[in-house]
Amino acid sequence: MSAVITPRTDTPEAPAAVQEDSAWSRWTNEHRKWLFAAPAMLFVAVLIIFPVAWTGYLSLTDAEGSVRAESEFIGIQNYLDVLTDTDRFWPAVWRTVLFTGVVLFFEVILGMAIALLLWRPFRGEKWVRVAILLPLVATPVAVGMMWRLIFDPNIGMANQLLGWIGIGPQPWLAGQHSALPTTMFIDIWQWTPMVVLILLAGLTSLSDEPQEAARIDGASSWQRFRHVTLPLLMPTVIVAILLRGIDALKTFDILYATKGRGGGSFHEVETLNVYAYGLSFDYNDYGVSSTVLIIFFLIIIGVMWALTYRKKGLGR
Amino acid sequence: MKPSKPYRVFRTSALVVVVFALMAPLLWMIAASFKTNVDIYDTAKAFVFSPSLKNYETVLQQANYLQFIGNSLWVAFAATALSLLLGVPAAYSMSRFSMKKSALVVLMARVIPGVSLLVPWYYVFSNLKLVGGFSVLILSHMFVSLPLIVYIMMGYFDGLPTELEEAALVDGLTHIGAFRRITLPLSVPGVATAGILSFIFSWNNFMFALVLSGSDTKTLPVAIFDFVGYASIDWGGLMAAATVVTLPIMLIALFVQKYVVSGLTAGATKG
Repeated sequence: MSAVITPRTDTPEAPAAVQEDSAWSRWTNEHRKWLFAAPAMLFVAVLIIFPVAWTGYLSLTDAEGSVRAESEFIGIQNYLDVLTDTDRFWPAVWRTVLFTGVVLFFEVILGMAIALLLWRPFRGEKWVRVAILLPLVATPVAVGMMWRLIFDPNIGMANQLLGWIGIGPQPWLAGQHSALPTTMFIDIWQWTPMVVLILLAGLTSLSDEPQEAARIDGASSWQRFRHVTLPLLMPTVIVAILLRGIDALKTFDILYATKGRGGGSFHEVETLNVYAYGLSFDYNDYGVSSTVLIIFFLIIIGVMWALTYRKKGLGR
Repeated sequence: MKPSKPYRVFRTSALVVVVFALMAPLLWMIAASFKTNVDIYDTAKAFVFSPSLKNYETVLQQANYLQFIGNSLWVAFAATALSLLLGVPAAYSMSRFSMKKSALVVLMARVIPGVSLLVPWYYVFSNLKLVGGFSVLILSHMFVSLPLIVYIMMGYFDGLPTELEEAALVDGLTHIGAFRRITLPLSVPGVATAGILSFIFSWNNFMFALVLSGSDTKTLPVAIFDFVGYASIDWGGLMAAATVVTLPIMLIALFVQKYVVSGLTAGATKG
């Protein structure tokens, strides 16, 4: 790292300028735009374009088993199979949409509430900020394991707490219907702080004048929030939704850590990402998994486009 | 204007609830890592137990975690250093020449689901006999770090005035010389932010290492699964492993909190 940021000190300033005035230096300076940008772009492009093209090709074949096995071109058969698969594919789509929708809803509402609480300075602010930062930098797999113990039906703290207030034990992650909501809870716990930080940065950058004007006009605090703060903050809210939305759609770590392969024995937390991973690396069914991935990818691009479009609309 | 007293009381109690909800699970994990499995199964000993270091002995000695800590450190450092080398000049160029479309190419890496890249990578790298080695692991982690660094540094360079560079050009420096001698030294806070964030994301990354690492090159998030058996779970060992994985990164983040927050919220308020 230090090699990048330390300025050279071995040559004195004045002769250096003369020294650099060679043909090579002139050429590099003229082409600096692409000399600087191209390596990073090439790196990403090579690692993306080839794999995506390859995935697109595989989705049209019956590739399975060893990565070296022969495969046959079967056209759009995989797409027909996948799109009519009501057993694994559509439930996975539904879970992905549900998971993303629910966690985004709660993360934005809670994130907004907490950000508003933290907006004005107060004593002990430092400690609250520490608490907000920790879940967000914690390793997601470790977070999954941590909640696995807390939500264990027999020895977990969650059921003990419920017992104290007279509610019977819940199956949490072990239940066929409660597993997905429990993983949503874990995601909300870990990532609401992200929304808080983004919205807080947005709130801090707002000017006080519109607030003051509304106050002088006699607006209540709810009216000031609803008609002054919220509209001004909306672009930041969209950024938060966009960043969290992309990651929520792709959630993998906590699902794999809490329920393992295939999203549990009844596939109860199997989202598109978990499904595609299982097809690729547990069943080596590359053709079908590529088809699922291409569809997944199109969904992500679609959502991104819709949100950036909406953001631009609001910016005017 | 000072907030009213009822609001301050409400705010304090609400924030106490928030802090408790965020901190309690983490403290619970750390507490459990000091309990024997007998104590973990005994709900009467939830809060009162005699702390033991046995789990940490298991994790660090039997489970070979010292090696995995080294692996995680090496991969995160190498991926971060190489990504800074590629990403900082790229971000500079993209910021100064307003290369929006080129930036989009790099940022695509942030959007694309990792699984869709892993199959082709696995195919190519296993044919090159590279799967299980550090080079592929570092390469895959760079894929996480690079877009992050470009995104943060573009925002940083956008906010850096060009006047100093122009003055340096007048004084006879070349464009590249001005970048190296003037802009880079001024960008140390930005580079630190980008580097720290990249380190955290690489350290926490799970999916790439799950597929591309071998038994000797395993990183910590993958090694944690050693404590989850098919029949039973060594809860004490698992919590100690989880603590070993995540506590260092949380402490680092606290130490450089200002940078972490500015990196995570980079670009959020530009609208």
